[in-house]
Amino acid sequence: MIEASSKTQARPTVRPGFRLGTISWGNWALGTHALLVYLFLYVPIAVLVLFSFTQDQFGTRWTGFTFDWYARLFSNDRLMGAALNTLYVALASTVASTVLGTLLAMAMERTRFRARPAVDGLLYLPIVIPEIVMALSLLAFFAFFFDIIEFVTGATLRRSLTTVTLAHIAFSISFVVVVVRTSLKNFDMRLEEAAADLGANGWKTFWRITFPLILPGIIGGALLAFTLSLDDFIISLFLSGPGTSLLPVEVYGRVKRAITPEINAISTLMLMLSMTLVFLSQVLQRRR
Amino acid sequence: MSDSIAIDLRNVTKRFGDVTAVDNISLQIRDGEFFSMLGPSGCGKTSTLRMIAGFEYPSLGQIYIHGREMGHIPPYQRPVNTVFQSYALFPHMTVEQNVAFGLQMKGVDKASIPGRVKEALEMVRLGSFGARRPRQMSGGQQQRVALARALVNHPEVLLLDEPLGALDQKLRKEMQLELKGLQERLGITFIFVTHDQEEALTMSDRIAVMSQGNILQVGSPTEIYERPICRFVADFIGETNFIDGTVREANGTHATLATEEGLHVQGYTPRPVQPGQSATISIRPEKARLLPVNGNSTPAANTMPVRVERVSYIGSDTRILVRAHGGRSLSVWEQNTLSTLDREAYWEAGDEAVLACPVDNALVLTE
Ligand SMILES: Nc1ncnc2c1ncn2[C@@H]1O[C@H](COP(=O)(O)OP(=O)(O)O)[C@@H](O)[C@H]1O
Ligand SMILES: [Mg+2]
Repeated sequence: MIEASSKTQARPTVRPGFRLGTISWGNWALGTHALLVYLFLYVPIAVLVLFSFTQDQFGTRWTGFTFDWYARLFSNDRLMGAALNTLYVALASTVASTVLGTLLAMAMERTRFRARPAVDGLLYLPIVIPEIVMALSLLAFFAFFFDIIEFVTGATLRRSLTTVTLAHIAFSISFVVVVVRTSLKNFDMRLEEAAADLGANGWKTFWRITFPLILPGIIGGALLAFTLSLDDFIISLFLSGPGTSLLPVEVYGRVKRAITPEINAISTLMLMLSMTLVFLSQVLQRRR
Repeated sequence: MSDSIAIDLRNVTKRFGDVTAVDNISLQIRDGEFFSMLGPSGCGKTSTLRMIAGFEYPSLGQIYIHGREMGHIPPYQRPVNTVFQSYALFPHMTVEQNVAFGLQMKGVDKASIPGRVKEALEMVRLGSFGARRPRQMSGGQQQRVALARALVNHPEVLLLDEPLGALDQKLRKEMQLELKGLQERLGITFIFVTHDQEEALTMSDRIAVMSQGNILQVGSPTEIYERPICRFVADFIGETNFIDGTVREANGTHATLATEEGLHVQGYTPRPVQPGQSATISIRPEKARLLPVNGNSTPAANTMPVRVERVSYIGSDTRILVRAHGGRSLSVWEQNTLSTLDREAYWEAGDEAVLACPVDNALVLTE
């Protein structure tokens, strides 16, 4: 008994000086580093939020607290219209790309054929090609497509919220697939066999077993699609039609003239929205 | 009851590309039987089980469950349930939800589900664990949940794929008894896959010994151990000494083998052999005897002079390694039936002795 306990006590004291020494120095350096990185990341955001409450009309100096800019924001039809457009496009493209992407991910995880590596590679292309190229290709595609429609039916189509939404779906799908595939890879296929063994057909197995278990991945993919759509600039600039501009494009147009606390205010609201979504998704995922 | 056939495999073959996992097997498993499929890893046990469950379809041949041809009937419409080696419990459900799943899928009357779930959990002695998640339970407990989840559906046949493989030795022994008891109480047909021969011998009514996709022998544990029909089965089940030689004489049930050293050994032949054929004598270590050298008498049948090489006293038995004059090593196990410390009672290294084996304790086997 005594021997055993002295043995177990001996282990942690093998090289105490060395470990304590390096760790305290290392901890200090790492801690400072982390603090600096966090400051670097968050000070600009804090400044933005702060200056959405300043009384200074240029929004670059602190001259006192006010909610005025938020009030003005809500009565600014152009900005509110752009915000609603953005929300509409983000929601629609998220729902569509999440459903399509999830199904695509399942198809790709479950089928084996010779050309699959090539098909896999093609899927990731939209993620790596420069966004400007993607935007131009979509623009060219829609122009071509509209010409055909006009030729065949005589109807003239224009760029609109629908074209932006389709474009956002197109670039979001790849991201959704990547995220959902990761959770499908971690999904134990034997659970589906177990469900089938217990009498569940394919439909019930999906909804009772597969879906709940890959839901964190689907939520992650949807969240990514939503934020990508929310702050997309280049594709939105190229593909939205006249009078249907999205928030990032609208903000950019205003900032070219002057930064106003109104812009800070709407940016703060967008920030809150993103943070709420991330928070909600984490709460949801922890509950499982 | 015991005469009707639960599972009938007729000339079943399963190929995966170039690999033949199961090679034209035919097998009948009776109702209420504890039937084991035993064989080394890769011999096709899991493939056979998966074809019965419906996860794979035979490349050739038919499977009947209670007389009904299964063809391409999917797993969820077959009257069997499986206990998976990895348990495959649903991690997002509680133990109760796991057990209730099969009943819900079958559309069992909602009101009766909680009662049946409780009953099943009590049967595996997990009555108070219903609210837990699988990951909050030990391996042995998860194993029992998997068992309850399958048995709650009252399957006609329960398929178990190495269900005890992941448990430690002690738990394994306990679960063997528990499983056997459960099977006897419920009277459900169990098809139990294992690569552990001791496990198969302890639990089974009958055993099918498999090798490379073939079934070599089907029989009771006693038949398999005492009358293996080929060298592989004798080797795989228990321990044995093999002596190779050529058949000299053979009648219907017995044969005499000439060994390489020129000794003649007689034995029982489970399968007929022809003179001139090469064969192997199998002598189980506990069925051979070591006798003191008796200088005067002529050597009796089935004896050979040996020298004791090593003696291991292991309490109930003494395991003695001897060397025959040709240089061949053989092992002999003697039960320690005397209670004595007298050294004279035990063999010692260097002793000269005679190894004797009654004719019916030696088996003449072919490949
Ligand atoms: N899905 C599969 N694809 C290809 N080969 C397989 C597959 N399943 C099993 N096999 C092969 O079939 C043979 C038998 O496997 P298995 O039935 O799992 O044996 P056991 O359960 O006795 O260890 C092995 O050679 C294995 O590699
Ligand atoms: Mg196996």
